[in-house]
Amino acid sequence: MTIIIRNGQVTDPSQGIDGICDIIVENGKIQEIKPQGAGHKPQPAKGRGQESKDGEATVIDAEGHLVLPGLIDMHVHLREPGFEYKETIKTGTAAAARGGITAVCCMPNTKPVNDNASITGFILGQARAEASCAVFPVGAITKGQKGEELAEFGLMHEAGCIAFSDDGRPVMDSLLMRRALEYSKILDLPVIAHCEDLTLAAGGVMNEGLLSVTLGLRGIPAQAEDIMVCRDIALAELTGGRLHIAHVSTKGSIDLIRSAKKRGIARITAETCPHYFHITEEAVRGYNTNAKVNPPLRTQQDIDAVREGLQDGTIDVIVTDHAPHHADEKRGEFDNAPFGISGIETSIGLSMKLVDDKVLTLNELVRKMAVIPAEILGLKNKGSLRPGADADVVILDTTKEFTVDPAGFLSKGKNTPFQGWVLRAAPVVTLAQGRIYRWD
Amino acid sequence: MSLQTKDLTGIKELSIGDIGLILETASGFKDILGRDIKKVPALRGKTTVNMFYEPSTRTRTSFELAAKRLSTDVISISVSTSSMVKGETLEDTARNVEALGADFIVIRHACSGTAHFLARHMRASVINAGDGTNEHPTQALLDLFTIQEKKGQIKGLTVAIVGDILHSRVAKSNIYGLLKLGAKVRLIGPPTLVPASLKALGVEVYYTMQDGLRDADIVMMLRIQTERQGKGFFPSPVEYFRNWGLTAARLEAAKKDVLVMHPGPMNRGVEIASDVADGARSVILEQVTNGLAVRMAVLYLLSGTKQ
Repeated sequence: MTIIIRNGQVTDPSQGIDGICDIIVENGKIQEIKPQGAGHKPQPAKGRGQESKDGEATVIDAEGHLVLPGLIDMHVHLREPGFEYKETIKTGTAAAARGGITAVCCMPNTKPVNDNASITGFILGQARAEASCAVFPVGAITKGQKGEELAEFGLMHEAGCIAFSDDGRPVMDSLLMRRALEYSKILDLPVIAHCEDLTLAAGGVMNEGLLSVTLGLRGIPAQAEDIMVCRDIALAELTGGRLHIAHVSTKGSIDLIRSAKKRGIARITAETCPHYFHITEEAVRGYNTNAKVNPPLRTQQDIDAVREGLQDGTIDVIVTDHAPHHADEKRGEFDNAPFGISGIETSIGLSMKLVDDKVLTLNELVRKMAVIPAEILGLKNKGSLRPGADADVVILDTTKEFTVDPAGFLSKGKNTPFQGWVLRAAPVVTLAQGRIYRWD
Repeated sequence: MSLQTKDLTGIKELSIGDIGLILETASGFKDILGRDIKKVPALRGKTTVNMFYEPSTRTRTSFELAAKRLSTDVISISVSTSSMVKGETLEDTARNVEALGADFIVIRHACSGTAHFLARHMRASVINAGDGTNEHPTQALLDLFTIQEKKGQIKGLTVAIVGDILHSRVAKSNIYGLLKLGAKVRLIGPPTLVPASLKALGVEVYYTMQDGLRDADIVMMLRIQTERQGKGFFPSPVEYFRNWGLTAARLEAAKKDVLVMHPGPMNRGVEIASDVADGARSVILEQVTNGLAVRMAVLYLLSGTKQ
């Protein structure tokens, strides 16, 4: 089956393409990318994003639209198995595709925990049957995420895991974290660290500061993150292991990562999420449980630092930490509500604001949302539109504005603090390995 | 006469005008409480439900009596007798209470923001009787009432609040109320329990009684709340009392006509010496009496808002 994406404004940093091109897709792979240079003759178009037939081929008219490699979100909670009332592989990946994301890494904090090959196999089986985009499981660092003994990295890798993380439950034992970083070297896979000193965080539910005191909510100081970032950088230096620091939220962490990268510890990478470069702890005011997230929303100073870190390359990747929850769980006492934001459908819109705000160029943004994640995860056929790569493509209408309305999310999780925000850059069409999803 | 708000969630959210109106109205009710017949028909036919998810003697009794003095029907449910133990959510319990015709829901809960949450979802007036470590607005109102009654006015007074500021909802409500009414507020206690971030509100922070009590007009002692604190904020009650306990000798640093206040329940010998608690400068029991008048005023004025 042939698909032709015609006359789109293509940006693909992996091959330095930035111009009007036709993309020809054959059997789920990119076959050819044809620049429509000066001699370009306008092709007959039926209208933006419209499909037509050209012989056997399906033609998608992308004129006036932005065409990017499908985005890769390397930090997502799909909740299956065990929490299907919050999200399933089916609904979570449908939501991803809606957000222009064609590959996700799913975190292991399921029930049972993805700490062995059979759970990994189950997830991939479900994904084959029901997913709208590629799914790459992240295996647990420790059995049951208990922080006591290493899980079977090798067997999980054979079954399909592409990274290891205990996610929300940081490995507090420094020796064990050292072992994880050392042992993972045999596979050359990253260890993804949720950096939080749990003893210092002390059961906090929001950022520590004047606001937490005046709301009467227990605070998590920024230093709870900084201390663990510092420790894990030190352990990465000690071991030479590959460390990927999850959802960076503080100025302190960014300073530490920047200086580590300057020292030439090449194997450290870091990610952040849209909520850490857009909203502060003020979003919690009024006990808004949809703004309860871990790490917590911080201050304007931290937002500025995150943006600076994105700009100077200290932060390599933008992820969502998509954490869907059931409405009942978020409706009630702030202390008792679970942490997390359903972010996968607002990610590209919120991130495009970085381009509007001149924090990143479009090229840099695509690198952080597609090219670099593919490099970190060793996904050779993803994050690029070069011939032979998977036909993962997103076509964005950057002219159309839309208002964030969680009721319309495909994700089961409606828990967003961005309700009512006006964003631009809505995906019109997503191609995931050649399958066409149209959003209108 | 009515307030600008349907609910009393906290002093933070209360306007200066509303605070003044409550204090003024409370004064009238205090006169009534001094009479032989202490009951008025003002809110006959209304229903008050006290939902107490934390233990309380003083506040609950005070709200019950206040409601009865105004002739409302009043029911108190506590955690052990409610559906809470059967897994019902707070909101559902409150909705059921409202369906039974409650006009006032008085809520005490261990989680901060609970009253705000209910206020958003209920038609009934929600009154915060203490939410986690956030606020206890009626306690602050009765403290303000007591100070005003004794000192004539609050503006310009120096008020020292001593103890576990971090976990004290009474301290928080008093800080907001006192600042709104123009008092100077000092916080005294160990650095582990006095968040320095509060300086941004315009309060002074002291770590010693000697400095903090100097020339104070009011000393407000707080209970050491072992149930909310967890461990390790200070080494022992003995050391705490040595440093921050209120003794007659320490009180010398304050003004001669200083008032000693405590929201109760007191831990004698931990934060306050018995001779001070029972001494001539203490207005601790008057606070309790005034609490009744203040809570009557709050119920009465909120019933006006809804109409």
